[in-house]
Amino acid sequence: MDPLILILIIVGALVLASLPFVHRAWSRRGGVPGEIAPDRERPSIVDTRPPDLGDAPTVEAPPEVEPEPEVVEEAPSFFARLGKARSTVAGYFGSVLSRGVDDDTWDELEEALIRADVGVAATTELLDTLRDRAKQDGIKESADLIAALGDEMKNILDADRTLDSTDEGQTVWLFVGVNGVGKTTTIGKVGKRLTDEGKQVLMAAGDTFRAAAAEQLGTWAERCNAELVRGAEGADPSSVIFDGVQAGWSRGVDVVLADTAGRLHTKSNLMEELRKVRRVAEREPGVVAETLLVIDATTGQNGLVQARQFTEAVDVTGVVLTKLDGSAKGGIVFAIERDLGIPVKLVGLGEGAADLVDFDAGDFVDALLG
Amino acid sequence: MFESLSDRFDGIFGRLRGKGRLSEGDVDEAMREIRLALLEADVNFQVVKDFVARVRERCLGSDVATSLTPGQQVVKIVDEELTGILGGETLAITFAPRPPTVVLMAGLQGSGKTTNSAKLASWFKSQGRHPLLIGADLQRPAAVEQLRTLGDRIDVPVFSDPSDPVSAARAGLEEAKATGRDVVICDTAGRLSIDEELMDEIRQISDTLEPHYTFLVIDAMTGQDAVNTAEAFHETLELDGVILTKLDGDARGGAALSVKEVVGRPIAFASTGEGLDAFEQFHPDRMADRILGMGDVLTLIEKAEEVFEEEQAEEAARKMLEGTFTFDDFLEQMAAVRKMGNLSSIVGMLPGVPKELKNADIDEGEMGRIEAIVRSMTTDERNHPEIIDGSRRARIAKGSGTSASQVAALCKQFGEMQKMMKGLMGPTFAKKKAKKNRKKAKKGGRVTASKKQRALQQKNAATQLPQLDEALIQQLEDQDLPFRLPGR
Repeated sequence: MDPLILILIIVGALVLASLPFVHRAWSRRGGVPGEIAPDRERPSIVDTRPPDLGDAPTVEAPPEVEPEPEVVEEAPSFFARLGKARSTVAGYFGSVLSRGVDDDTWDELEEALIRADVGVAATTELLDTLRDRAKQDGIKESADLIAALGDEMKNILDADRTLDSTDEGQTVWLFVGVNGVGKTTTIGKVGKRLTDEGKQVLMAAGDTFRAAAAEQLGTWAERCNAELVRGAEGADPSSVIFDGVQAGWSRGVDVVLADTAGRLHTKSNLMEELRKVRRVAEREPGVVAETLLVIDATTGQNGLVQARQFTEAVDVTGVVLTKLDGSAKGGIVFAIERDLGIPVKLVGLGEGAADLVDFDAGDFVDALLG
Repeated sequence: MFESLSDRFDGIFGRLRGKGRLSEGDVDEAMREIRLALLEADVNFQVVKDFVARVRERCLGSDVATSLTPGQQVVKIVDEELTGILGGETLAITFAPRPPTVVLMAGLQGSGKTTNSAKLASWFKSQGRHPLLIGADLQRPAAVEQLRTLGDRIDVPVFSDPSDPVSAARAGLEEAKATGRDVVICDTAGRLSIDEELMDEIRQISDTLEPHYTFLVIDAMTGQDAVNTAEAFHETLELDGVILTKLDGDARGGAALSVKEVVGRPIAFASTGEGLDAFEQFHPDRMADRILGMGDVLTLIEKAEEVFEEEQAEEAARKMLEGTFTFDDFLEQMAAVRKMGNLSSIVGMLPGVPKELKNADIDEGEMGRIEAIVRSMTTDERNHPEIIDGSRRARIAKGSGTSASQVAALCKQFGEMQKMMKGLMGPTFAKKKAKKNRKKAKKGGRVTASKKQRALQQKNAATQLPQLDEALIQQLEDQDLPFRLPGR
């Protein structure tokens, strides 16, 4: 009963510790600020089904009118879209290129990689391999050195990046991640891509925690003519996902995109909830073909911890790297792919519906090296 | 949050402490490790480079070389430099002489602007102000609805105008003046620092509002790019401070260390949980102590003050020392501790807690179980737990939905805690105190140990945790306490 002992210790320690201080200026403070927000308690499942439909979950049919004009964009090439960010990345390697290979070159390469969030461990390994290779091949020119570094980096990123679906049951793609990485937006964009390919899509609004998350997904569902299943705010996310899978199966959609609330990987109760969501999504006829971890490109070394924890909980099959159109380089994907073997499958390059593209390791590394 | 960084420092300093003399090689080795620890914590590359250079220079200076305890000197230098980097003083919020005081929130997508706008509003409310929220994020679908929902929860009005962000801000300010709100917080859409069009838009919003405070919201998990983002926003908006979010994760928060150093603006607030009240002012000096494993006693005391009833706490402590502390008292105190926030964050603030405890995954439900067990006891049993026998135990277990062994474990632990507390008044405590006083007297300093020091001792003794390093205690003592201690 470890926690028990801990609680006893803490309570005891605090009572004693507070003794010398309890006199201090109670009058100064008005009082205890009241509880403002309801805790993250999950209310019982709210039945959202209208009575006349019997067992059918609430399915909001796509409306006729699109409320916002959609800017039609051509699917951009990965390399072209990275263009804007590229100049800033290239800057780090620029000074290396301007000289021959000397002692400072290695320090500068290290700095460039660490500044791109590749991380100390992966950087050290990359540079060690590169040193050996430089010695072996007698590399003298910095351009050749950087080319060789690019090869090494591409070697790390060599996994299979296809998105799986199944014929055995209802294909479900589950989206997970910490708060604010862009899960809902990513689902919107994936939905848009699939419907443009002529596929039928259903979105299940499993984020029942964040205020207005279902509305946000609803807007995306309207934009791309997908169906939407949602529960009440605070409803059990598993029940919403379950309804989504059932509705998808009975309507014969190709893919069910399941949204989940953002959660920090350190919150064990929320990770437990996520495990349940995945189990429920796997129930007949559901088949979770992809569990996609959404990671923000600005994320630093914590990204590796996130990937490890989420994989442990729900068996992540791929990473979606969002916001790569900013000044962040997303170097953490090297560590994730190197240490955990989880491939990056999709990349978010902007706010438009078409700004989600397949990850291309070659282009990514080339862009990173300028 | 900063715990794993402090773990790393613990190890580095542990090796230094054992040494009688520090050679240049020892210092270099320590600096290499500090550099690695900081880089892995996502502290900006340049900041790390400068930091390590400064610390190294000071470590090789005469102070350390001639000191009898060079290891502790190094800890002191690192602590001072860390406090410097984090930004020294806490940002004091002042209010405009002619209200409303206007606050503008800016940041990348997903950093938590909307949630933290509401949290900030709630904070202002707790300061006795009357905030108005403006929803100027017209980009993300349903962002304004999110703000409205949050506004409802904290009972703060939300204003928005679907036309465009700039006019929404302008109209919101007018609305605040017309309705007599004295604080205005404007939530804006997330934007990338390299998106010129949107950066221009937020500049216009800023020109319209002429905010007294402009805060950049940054995710604690951000990597090396945090600095670029902060610089870009600072160039456009002239920031006043940073709000650091998602500190409740296990990110090492290197971004926090870097931003102040590069932009020269302090971290004003930190968001430490999903609840709307998990939001506090940021105290750089305390954070530095926390990183170095010295605990954060001041914040702990402030929190305790908020929730403990003075008389009740005194009574409880007296009973505890006398050994007449009952389960009922325990229940009362536990309820107060629960109000202080989640247990892991409290443990993080205690000094000298071993890292196994700090990193322990504490099940908050355990507290509920304990409460259920105690509530299933009769008054007699609560006052005299020793009368609980097999059949009583079975009844209590049944009543609380637990097992007899859980009930037994609680009684046993409770008994041991009582013994431990009683022991405080016994020889160990008295001896320690005497030793301390003698040492003080010899130094010709203050005659008695400071209350703070005594509190630390009490706590350490109470928890049977390793004593704090003498040097650290000295340092804590040397810090200027922002309050007067009773009876001094």
